[in-house]
Amino acid sequence: MDTFQLIILLLDATLRTSTPLILAALAGMFSERSGTINLALEGMMLGGAFSAAAVAFYVGSPWVGLLAAIATTIALSLLHGFACITHKGNQVVSGMAINILMSGLTALVGIALFAQGGKTPALDKGSRFQPITFPGADAVKDVPVVGPIYSELLSGHNILVYVAFIAAPAAWWVMYRTRFGLRLRAVGENPGAVDTAGIGVVAMRYRAVICSGVLVGMSGAYLSTAQGASFLQDMTAGKGYIALAAMVFGKWRPFPALAACLLFGFLDAAATRLQGVVLPGIGEVPVQLVQALPYILTVILLAGFIGRAIPPKALGRAYVKER
Amino acid sequence: MSKTVELPRWIDVGALPLLNLLLALVVSGLVVLAIGENPVEVVEILLYGAFGYEEAWGYTLYYTTNFIFTGLAFAVAFHCGLFNIGAEGQAYVGGLGVTLAALYLDFLPFPIMLVVAMFAAMIFGAAWAYIPAYLQARRGSHVVITTIMFNFIASSLMVYLLVNVLRPEGSMTPESEQIAEHLRLPFIHDIAGALGIEMASSPLNLSFVYAIVISVMVWLFIWHTRWGYAIRTVGANAVAATYAGLEPGRFIIIAMMISGALSSFMALNEVMGVQHRLLIDFTAGYGFVGIAVALMGRNHPFGIFLAALLFGMLYQGGAELSFEIPTISNDMVVVIQGLVILFTGAMEHMFRPRVTKIYTAWRLRQDAGEAA
Repeated sequence: MDTFQLIILLLDATLRTSTPLILAALAGMFSERSGTINLALEGMMLGGAFSAAAVAFYVGSPWVGLLAAIATTIALSLLHGFACITHKGNQVVSGMAINILMSGLTALVGIALFAQGGKTPALDKGSRFQPITFPGADAVKDVPVVGPIYSELLSGHNILVYVAFIAAPAAWWVMYRTRFGLRLRAVGENPGAVDTAGIGVVAMRYRAVICSGVLVGMSGAYLSTAQGASFLQDMTAGKGYIALAAMVFGKWRPFPALAACLLFGFLDAAATRLQGVVLPGIGEVPVQLVQALPYILTVILLAGFIGRAIPPKALGRAYVKER
Repeated sequence: MSKTVELPRWIDVGALPLLNLLLALVVSGLVVLAIGENPVEVVEILLYGAFGYEEAWGYTLYYTTNFIFTGLAFAVAFHCGLFNIGAEGQAYVGGLGVTLAALYLDFLPFPIMLVVAMFAAMIFGAAWAYIPAYLQARRGSHVVITTIMFNFIASSLMVYLLVNVLRPEGSMTPESEQIAEHLRLPFIHDIAGALGIEMASSPLNLSFVYAIVISVMVWLFIWHTRWGYAIRTVGANAVAATYAGLEPGRFIIIAMMISGALSSFMALNEVMGVQHRLLIDFTAGYGFVGIAVALMGRNHPFGIFLAALLFGMLYQGGAELSFEIPTISNDMVVVIQGLVILFTGAMEHMFRPRVTKIYTAWRLRQDAGEAA
């Protein structure tokens, strides 16, 4: 296999591994830019993945599964909001609680419903999101350079991959070009000012966590009904936390977050291919190091060594109207 | 604004947390109902599994030991206003310290090794907590995010070390060599046996006693030393602490390092006491349970002991449960854990306004009665 084809394959895998990260990182961004810390991405993703796989199995349609996933994650977002926004509870604790709760609940309900040790039954072709082949992809396959890029890299992914890549510019547009986005960012920076302007801080923050729920639901559904063909216990395996890291790494902005997700996705795709490979001059690269790189990079960034990551000013603080 | 009376202590630290706990357990019961089992039966099996026979007690207290350490770890950082989500990673790295000491200094006699292993765990755990602490104190990076990242980094690091360095030659399983027999912590049933008392064998070992001693020491430290006072001051109001001449950054680092050291003691129980070697993921989520334990125990060592006992009971009883009712796995315990954190931690203020209202009305009526 020549180098070019190898690169195409690697980038192709990167698109697939970064899709759930992009959706979840954007989800985290909506919540955090409005001032609510969202550590619950991992648990919500898990909940979404389970609902999508279970409902898709019963109904036989990935679309209904996707709706179920989104409904689940919106419900979880509202729970998070109820604890943090309404009752001014601790946002970190609430997020951790949801993560732990979902890790147990998805397995428990899975066993009760399907009795397969926490798995959901394998989905057939019709209940999963199928690859979409672009028009003419087969025809141009043998054209040098452009052919493989078009037919291998760009074509042949499922709908959610394309949705993720459209979601990033869409999120940017909503965040920076609409009144809703302006208000959302404002409640995250200075809720007092927003309140003075006559806009409800609580309602704004609830809307933000609902947006967050919609996006993270898609990311969960992607794992179990597009990339995989069933739900597996703890199948997110830290992806929610990597998405969180990507959001921080992207400094709470859509395009840098997208770039961070692609980088982390690339590292993930590379890690599987680097297993046991000896690179000239470096020797065998420990796979564990490549796997830990997203976290290490995020810590270095947070430490202020690669630019400064400044979180929204009111992040983590419930709004108290008046004393 | 209407007049309110301040809640007395017994409601604040007793009744309100119990009310929240009760709600968590009621919701857990509903979950059991929802998956088609009988909650009463589940409670019966849980209690029998945790306390019903002699061996069960030992297992319950063995789990309790882990939770005391991780609960105390979370509490000490919490008193300084910090969320140390990294107990899992700190304990994991602490386990590396214990293992290295026990494997490479195996010529030492047991009493000396006990002290050496303790220090090894402390140093490794505290060092792993030091980096996030330093970054929080000096560079303003949020400790929640960095400790989460450090859990994952620790996990990758340990897998690397276990697979490539610590694994004995010729072995396929990624775990360290066994530590020498004379360096293992004695089991309580062996100690009792030596004293002529018959006891069923269980993994309960000397580290349980150590956990109790450490609990008392943490209590003394937090409420009866200068540093403890300084840590609480920084936690309550860092700006006021600065005016009082305390440097917050210094105490953030101290609190986090103590927290890391406390988490790492869990490794004494697991590595030196029970497994006798370093295993992949030996921390098994106990670090996260520490969050629930500390929140439930109101970050007080006595409360933490009670909460740790409750979770020890849930873990041991949960094992029995998955044995008796096949549809209920150990995951039920994870669900209960999540609900306890949710209701006693995140939603702790939910009942407060209503309870304050009821209590105020009651007090006012009493006062009026006395006046008349």
